[in-house]
Amino acid sequence: MTAPAEPILEVRDLVKHFPLNYGVVFKRQVGAIKAVDGVSFDLRKGETLGVVGESGCGKSTLAKLLMALERPTSGSVRINGRDITTARGAELKRMRRNIQMVMQDPYTSLNPRMTVGDIVGEPFEIHSDVAPKGGRRQRVQELLEVVGLNPDHINRYPHQFSGGQRQRIGIARGLALQPEIIICDEPVSALDVSIQAQVMNLLERLQNEFNLAYIFIAHDLSVVRHISDRIAVMYLGKIVELGNDAEIYDSPTHPYTQALLSAVPVPDPEGRETRQRIILQGDPPSPANPPSGCHFRTRCWKAQDICAEQEPALEARPGSAHPSACHFAEARDVVNAE
Amino acid sequence: MKNPSVDTHLLPADRAGDEPLLAVDNLHVEFQTRQGVVRAVNGVSYSVNAGETLAVLGESGSGKSVTAQAIMGILDMPPARIPKGEVRFHGTDLLTMRDEDRGQIRGRRIAMIFQDALSALNPVFTVGWQIGEMFRVHQGMSKRDARRKAVELMDRVRIPGAKSRVDDFPHQFSGGMRQRIMIAMAIALDPEILIADEPTTALDVTVQAQIMGLLAELQQESDMGLILITHDLGVVADVADKIAVMYGGRIVEHASVFDGYRAPAHPYTKGLLESIPRVDLKGQELYAIKGMPPNLLDMPTGCAFHPRCPYRKENCVTDVPPLYTVSDTRGSACHYWREVLDDGSR
Repeated sequence: MTAPAEPILEVRDLVKHFPLNYGVVFKRQVGAIKAVDGVSFDLRKGETLGVVGESGCGKSTLAKLLMALERPTSGSVRINGRDITTARGAELKRMRRNIQMVMQDPYTSLNPRMTVGDIVGEPFEIHSDVAPKGGRRQRVQELLEVVGLNPDHINRYPHQFSGGQRQRIGIARGLALQPEIIICDEPVSALDVSIQAQVMNLLERLQNEFNLAYIFIAHDLSVVRHISDRIAVMYLGKIVELGNDAEIYDSPTHPYTQALLSAVPVPDPEGRETRQRIILQGDPPSPANPPSGCHFRTRCWKAQDICAEQEPALEARPGSAHPSACHFAEARDVVNAE
Repeated sequence: MKNPSVDTHLLPADRAGDEPLLAVDNLHVEFQTRQGVVRAVNGVSYSVNAGETLAVLGESGSGKSVTAQAIMGILDMPPARIPKGEVRFHGTDLLTMRDEDRGQIRGRRIAMIFQDALSALNPVFTVGWQIGEMFRVHQGMSKRDARRKAVELMDRVRIPGAKSRVDDFPHQFSGGMRQRIMIAMAIALDPEILIADEPTTALDVTVQAQIMGLLAELQQESDMGLILITHDLGVVADVADKIAVMYGGRIVEHASVFDGYRAPAHPYTKGLLESIPRVDLKGQELYAIKGMPPNLLDMPTGCAFHPRCPYRKENCVTDVPPLYTVSDTRGSACHYWREVLDDGSR
C-alpha cells in the first residue's frame, strides 16, 4: 500500500485565513478565522487519505482549497508537480479536470430540474474536448452502468431516486472527466445504515478499477479506517497526527486522537462497563482566537507550561515512527484497552 | 392496500407480572395522503420501566419517530389517524384520555428531546425564558423564580457559566450546548419517561460522548425510563438495556441488547450488524444488505423485508410473519428465526 509511487498531490504549508471585518462603510480587518493553518501532506496514486476531525476543524475548507474553489492565503497545492493555487484561466480549467468531488448531501447537491443524463453529462459541456458531442449520451450511460445504476434511467429526475442511488449519480458525475483524484466530503453520512455499505463498496471498486486517489473526509472513524491507507487527524486547522491506519488506530500518540478514538461507541455491548473513556470537556476553541502554543492544550490532560509557549511540530518522536504534533507524544491503545 | 394490518402484542415477559411504566400495545398509525393511505406504524408494541433504557433502532421511514410522536400526542391528526392500539402510562390509556388530562402528562411526566436542537428552539426568545416557560406554564411560577430555576437547570446539564448565559439566544450556543438546553427543558419537571429522538446524530463524536454521558447520569439520578431512538449501532451497544429493531412500520426484533448483538434472530438485524466495518476485514468488501428500504406506499407483500433477505423462502412472499416468541424476553418477526439465530452474528 505504501509502495513508493509518485505523489500525485503535494500540499505544502497550506494556509487559509478568512478576514473578520468590522464597520459598514469603512471596513477594517479586526482579525481572521484561521480555518486552515499550515497543512502539509502528500497523496500518492491509487491511495486513500482519510481526514478526520470535529466540525469546524477546517476539513471542508481544506477540500475547497484542493479543488481551487478558494484561493489560499499562502502555501501550495501541486497536482502532478504543477501548482493549482497560482494557475489561471485555461490552465486552471485543465487542472481541475484531474480533481473532482463527491458531496455529502445527495438531496441538495443535484439540481432537481435537470435529468440524470444532464447532471452526469454537464462536465462534458464545460470540458467539451473530453467527449465529442455525438458520443456523450452513450458515455453517460456507460458511467451510470459503472456506478450500478440502470442506464435506461438516463431521462429520470433526481427525485425519482433514493438517497443511495442519488449518491451514485453524484459519484458518476465525479468520474465523468476521468480524474486521478476524487475528494469525498462525508460521502455516506447522509445515507441509511444499510445503504452506507453499498456506497463504500462502490467507492472501493472504482478505486481499484480506475486507480483513483481519494481524499476521504468523514467523521465516522470506523468507515474512515475501513477505506483509508493513511489517516490525517485535524484539530483547529492543523494536522495533529498523520499515520497509516494501524498507527493511528492501534497506537495513537496525540492526546486528541486518543480522545477522539475513545469517544467512538463500539458496536458491541460486551464489556461496556469496563471500557475506559477519555471524555473531553467543553467545545473546541474558536479558530478566530486559537490558544497560544499547542491549540489543543486548553482541553488536554497532559498540558504543561511548554505547551502554551511552544507550538509542537508535526514530526516523528522517539518511541513512535509516525508524525505527531505533541510535546508529550506517547503511544496508547485506546480502542482495544481493557 | 397491499399490506394487511398486523396485530402484534407485548412479549410474554411484559404481559406477566406488573404493568410496565409505559406500554405501547399494538399501535397503528396511518397517514392519509394524496397517493393513498400510508401505514407508517403497523402493530408496534414495546414497554419501558423506570430506570430502563429501550433503544428503538431503524432507518428513515421505519416508523420509529412516528411511534414516539404518538406516545407524546404531537401527531397532526388529520392527516394522521390511529385506528387501533393503546399507549398505556401507569396502566391508563393515553389515546382515549381527554385532551386536558393528556396535557398534564405531556412535557411534565413524559418529555421528549429532538434531533435538531437549533430548529427545535425558538430563535427569538432567550434560552432562560424558554427553559423557564416549563415552570411558568406547568406550575404557574413567577418570571423571577422561573429564571432562577432555569439557571439551576443549566448548571445541572453542565453549561459553563450558566448565570451569565441564561439571557443568551440559541444561536449564541454551539450544537452540543443547544442539545444540553433541550435536555434541560425536557428534564425540568422531573419526567418519568424521556424520549430522545436521535439526540446526538447532528453532533461530533466527542460531544456525542458528553451528551450520552449526561443522559446516563440524569437517568441514574432520577430513575427515568429512557426511550432512545437512533440508527447508530454503536450508541445502542453502549447504553441500551433492550432493543427494538423497526423495519417498514413494524418491530422485527425484540431482544436484550446482549442477546441481540450476540446472536440476532432477524435477518435485518443480522445484516445491519454485519455491515459495520471491522478491523480484521479491512480491504475486503463490506457486507451490504442489498436493495433499498421499502416504499411505504408500495409495500412488498408478505414479509416487508423479503426482497432483500438472504433467508427468503416461498412463503415469505405471501405470508406476513407474526412476531414469533423466541423466549420470554425475545421476539422475532421472521418465519425462519431459528435458522438466523443458529447462524449467529458473523
